[in-house]
Amino acid sequence: MRPFLLKGGRVIDPSRRSDGVADVYVVEGKIESIGHNIEVAADVDTIDVAGRVVAPGLIDVHVHLREPGQEDQETIATGAMSAVAGGFTAICSMPNTDPVTDNQAAVGFVIRQSIRAAKARVHPIGAVSLGQRGEQLAEFGEMVGAGAVAVSDDGHPVSSSHLMRTALEYAKVFGIPVADHCEDMALAEGGSMHEGIISTRMGLQGIPSAAEEIMVARDIILAELTGGHVHLCHMSTRGSVDLIRRAKDKGLRVTAEAAPHHFSLTHERVLGYDTNAKMNPPLREEEDREAIRQGLKDGTIDVIATDHAPHHYDAKEREFDEAPNGIIGLETALGLGLRELVEPGLLSLTELLDRMSTQPARVFKLPGGTLAVGAPADIVVFDPMRRWTVDPRMGFSRSRNTPFAGEELPGVVEWTFVDGRRVYGGE
Amino acid sequence: MTRPLGKDLIGLESLTSEQILLMLDTAEPFKEVSERSIKKVPALRGKTIVNLFFEPSTRTRISFEFAEKRLSADTVNVASTGSSVSKGETLVDTARNLEAMRIDMVVVRHSMSGAAQFLAERIRSNVVNAGDGKHEHPTQALLDLLTLRDRFGRLEGLKVAICGDVLHSRVARSNIWGLLKLGAQVGVCGPPTLLPRGIETLGVTVLPRIEDAIEWADALNVLRLQLERMQSGFVPSLREYNRVFGVTSERLDRAPRDLVILHPGPMNRGVEIDSDVADGPHSVILPQVTNGVAVRMAVLYLLAGGAPDWAAPPAGEDSR
Repeated sequence: MRPFLLKGGRVIDPSRRSDGVADVYVVEGKIESIGHNIEVAADVDTIDVAGRVVAPGLIDVHVHLREPGQEDQETIATGAMSAVAGGFTAICSMPNTDPVTDNQAAVGFVIRQSIRAAKARVHPIGAVSLGQRGEQLAEFGEMVGAGAVAVSDDGHPVSSSHLMRTALEYAKVFGIPVADHCEDMALAEGGSMHEGIISTRMGLQGIPSAAEEIMVARDIILAELTGGHVHLCHMSTRGSVDLIRRAKDKGLRVTAEAAPHHFSLTHERVLGYDTNAKMNPPLREEEDREAIRQGLKDGTIDVIATDHAPHHYDAKEREFDEAPNGIIGLETALGLGLRELVEPGLLSLTELLDRMSTQPARVFKLPGGTLAVGAPADIVVFDPMRRWTVDPRMGFSRSRNTPFAGEELPGVVEWTFVDGRRVYGGE
Repeated sequence: MTRPLGKDLIGLESLTSEQILLMLDTAEPFKEVSERSIKKVPALRGKTIVNLFFEPSTRTRISFEFAEKRLSADTVNVASTGSSVSKGETLVDTARNLEAMRIDMVVVRHSMSGAAQFLAERIRSNVVNAGDGKHEHPTQALLDLLTLRDRFGRLEGLKVAICGDVLHSRVARSNIWGLLKLGAQVGVCGPPTLLPRGIETLGVTVLPRIEDAIEWADALNVLRLQLERMQSGFVPSLREYNRVFGVTSERLDRAPRDLVILHPGPMNRGVEIDSDVADGPHSVILPQVTNGVAVRMAVLYLLAGGAPDWAAPPAGEDSR
């Protein structure tokens, strides 16, 4: 592998709280040095990145890759390609595949496919329970041995408090988080959007905020009981943010994520019955959106995660109640973070990159999230000033289900490097 | 030709008071057509209308069919059972295939909210919503408005209480929009389990008890309580519902004024409404049904490009 030099970019490394113009020198897939006017041999590739931001590659801890089972929607290869096009160098794949990723062979399959794809790193998340049925614990130890970085029954909540308790206790042995999709199924049943004035007007059955908050409260209580690490997926309500803030004040091992759509959109986006505005948890109210933003600002919400959920065109092109939940998100996450959080002045660019890179690495104990000397050269280079228009037909995901089609976003990803390999961007 | 309503009739929420009044005023002369011995005018001669009913319906489907036939349109009925829908064809494919046979209008009834709009956005034909899920049932609200106007001579300032399962009712939503836009006051009354969140922000008064509604209102629009609401735990039993929320003659006898009683049907006698009320002197339940045909004639006529003066040249000269 040839060494290369990224010359003259604005180097932002949230892990070292540094932000300034510098050169980044990469040798043997690792960060060799960072400094001003680094002298390199004549045969070293030099890429002029003046005016661009050079940052640790983004990390998404919540992605659905649909392989095995629904390769018409996404494969590990297309998902990993979509990731690097969005500036992500590592993604964590949720286990709700078919069959469920609930054993070491299935975890190993995901890793092998990601190595063949050779784009973003893919860190599998194993199931909490066999078949995600919420009954019997999956073999955490063997899955971790095969490369799993967390466990989750995402897509389904862990409804049994007993199972959640044992999962949190048992996961401590391996130092992994239990990532929970918080939803009281009895309260949410039949709902297809947020319960509020819009659902009333549209005649759609609502999902009350309480359906999420009840499970958030339960998980926090169980984290306190067990001392285990609970990671709360895709937080969407102001009540959840309050609960997490109080849990963190008590010093509990609770971490949380929020999705770009929850800090960008509200339930008003559902008007017109656009199935690309249908997701679970649903788009909530303006006060909820604002609480998520504040939570990201003050660190109550640790990370931004996309909940990238590809669905086939035909599945979304139908009656609202019948359409599946979720949207793709890997290629729009950075732009939405810039437009919704940085441009209004809520987060600094360093803080945004922290929530999208350094914090995800810390919370899930992953490589990356830093440009420290000696770290793997997982790097994104983007132009924060250039704007682009979202066109799902031009994306790398196999699916096109996004509510942001036609919108203009800032931040064009120009190069993405994983282990010093250029996996996205031109010569 | 102008289209005073636009291409489709999906709901009353998006319409102006002028558009709603236009439909009511256009219905007036059509009432007389149904009283003739030869119940037919040539207004929609040569037009093809498909009645696409994905949900069982007797009253609404037949009312539309009469309206179409009395306007001289050619009609086809498609029900979900016994059609390609039961073979798994999607809604939009079904409609596009029908459209490929060169039709002019689709009247659609569907169990899911938003289905009519979904269809309207994807086909060129005019779409009339004959009830979509819990969203809207505009022609039902129009016939309720027409019946109230017949009885009271006005809608402005009228107090109408919508009673019962508002949560699951498309009739309630369409009535709320229509009544409010025409200046009536709207109350809703029912068990809190069957009132949707934030309903008061639409500008309606929440009346906690049926006695409050009877005390307050000039007219009650009594909604059907679907029997499956019991199994889903919204109300404990039909018996108790009747005792606490039923519109009974004992309760009406204590009203400060004679209340006009509407019901969109089909009724559960002895549950939300007692027989002596339904069949009593203040019930307008059958006039509602009669008006339904006239209102639907008006809607179809206007969507096809007809001018408000129905005696004007029929829309045989194409309206598109």
